[in-house]
Amino acid sequence: MEPIIAVRDLRKIYHVGEVDVHALRGVSMEVPRGEFVSIVGPSGSGKSTLFHVIGALTSITSGQVIVDGQDLSELSDSERTRLRRQKVGFVFQRYNLLPTLTALGNIEIARYFGGKSGPLEKDFLEILRLLGIEHRLHHKPRALSGGEQQRVAIARALVNRPAILLADEPTGNLDSENSEAVLSLLRDLNHRFGQTILMITHNPEAAAFADRIIQMRDGRVVQPA
Amino acid sequence: MINRLVIENLKHRRLRTVLSALSIGFQVTMILAVAGLSRGMLEDSRNRAKGVGADIWIKPPGASAISLTGASMPQSVLRYFREVPHVKLATGTAVQPIGGISTITGIDYGEFVAMSGPFRFLDGGPFQSDDDVIVDQYYAEQQKLKAGDTVTILNHQWRVCGVVEPGKLARLFVRLHRLQELTNSEGKLNQAFLKLDDPARAQEVIRYLKSQPELTGYSIYSIEEFLSMFSMSNVPGLQAFIYVIIGLSLIIGFLVVGLTMYTTVLERTREIGILKALGASPLDIVGILVRETVVLAVAGWITGILLSLGAHWAINTQVRANLQSEIVPDWWPIALAVSLIASLLGALYPGLRAARQDAIEALSYE
Repeated sequence: MEPIIAVRDLRKIYHVGEVDVHALRGVSMEVPRGEFVSIVGPSGSGKSTLFHVIGALTSITSGQVIVDGQDLSELSDSERTRLRRQKVGFVFQRYNLLPTLTALGNIEIARYFGGKSGPLEKDFLEILRLLGIEHRLHHKPRALSGGEQQRVAIARALVNRPAILLADEPTGNLDSENSEAVLSLLRDLNHRFGQTILMITHNPEAAAFADRIIQMRDGRVVQPA
Repeated sequence: MINRLVIENLKHRRLRTVLSALSIGFQVTMILAVAGLSRGMLEDSRNRAKGVGADIWIKPPGASAISLTGASMPQSVLRYFREVPHVKLATGTAVQPIGGISTITGIDYGEFVAMSGPFRFLDGGPFQSDDDVIVDQYYAEQQKLKAGDTVTILNHQWRVCGVVEPGKLARLFVRLHRLQELTNSEGKLNQAFLKLDDPARAQEVIRYLKSQPELTGYSIYSIEEFLSMFSMSNVPGLQAFIYVIIGLSLIIGFLVVGLTMYTTVLERTREIGILKALGASPLDIVGILVRETVVLAVAGWITGILLSLGAHWAINTQVRANLQSEIVPDWWPIALAVSLIASLLGALYPGLRAARQDAIEALSYE
């Protein structure tokens, strides 16, 4: 079966002032549809850059990245925006909910950008139940705990049924109890709905929740598990 | 959904939203107050000119058509006017500024009343002595005067002999010869009024008067011509003044909204990154800011209209003798256009900055 993410000899160079920073130095990897993959590595290993490239938040310098059949190297800015709307869901370490909207508002605005309107779909309501936030939907982020905010962020990331869920240190701001709850939820979502998940972490315990761990160092994949 | 985000964003920073709307409101008030005052004062002057009851209005050479004072003409010219065919009555007045735009007018009571009809006294009655002054209701209310009170005008003590209904040429009337004495202008008038046996002959009489060599340089108007001059375009500098006010309003609105939106964009850098991660295009981001700007401009416009109504009420109740204001609904769309243009110009740079914001940098913004 064709992998949902295929990365071949990916290079990314940032220009910081007059200095070229080689963030990715020839990364190659594949993620089959429905897999839960952890990417681990120390700071500066290039895992966040890989996250941004696969999430179509930044362009690539060379190589090839194919997400759900779309070659990102050939996409314009507006096409990358469309890909983010339809195929990628993001979960961030700091939740990144819009503070002026309620939990439901945060979910609905993602849905709006995804081109959907009307009542929430039945299968998404099931996801909300699984996440345990149905009763907290009308609260603003400041009234939610960190764990609740992260679960809202996961719901928001999934509302458009993306091809891939990208999670960047999703437990980085949570205590151990909430961390375990969020990681269990991610695993449940992967098992029950076949959601492909790519999670960045430098916590080995968190990484262990995934089906597979990819290790990065100095802009390269050093140990595909 | 975007509208909800826009409203929630504005509610989130209530004080800033209120202050921005107030600032735009003041610029709108400035435009509406100037337009309302200009029109109110011209309309008041027009009505008072109409109240004279004359068919022809004559100004001496060198006098501006609707200025309050100016050059003078000899009082003896009235005898000449009375001899002109079809002239039934001729009278003249002297006008003296008493500070600001207020004036006092000297009249020959009998001639003036014969031309304009009797004064309607709300209190007191006609002149009893040379040091009597008749004031109109607006002046009396503003100065809290009643018949029998004394008032100092032109360094002279006057006794208020009567309070009359407004609408007859002036707010303060004294005997013509007394005012001439006090201002060292004996035998001089600032304007003359003619009443004809048949108002339809006004143009005929005007043609005759203009053909007389001794009246060369005199400005002679029918009452219709004279009243038509009370428009914004006929007052020297008024339109330019209004354009300056509109220009200032544009600049103020531009600066206020520009600053508000600039700080908004800086403050919301991270949120802009979130929206981009969710799939918002640069156009979506600009659209959100534009909608916020439009809401601010419209809220400011409504605030400005309400403030201008308040200003209208205050002017017409507190200083009605000096200033008259009118509500000017036909200027509301102009004020809206000014506030929208100023606000959108102000939001232009912050909006472009937000649209160009790199999503990754924005998401890592602290």
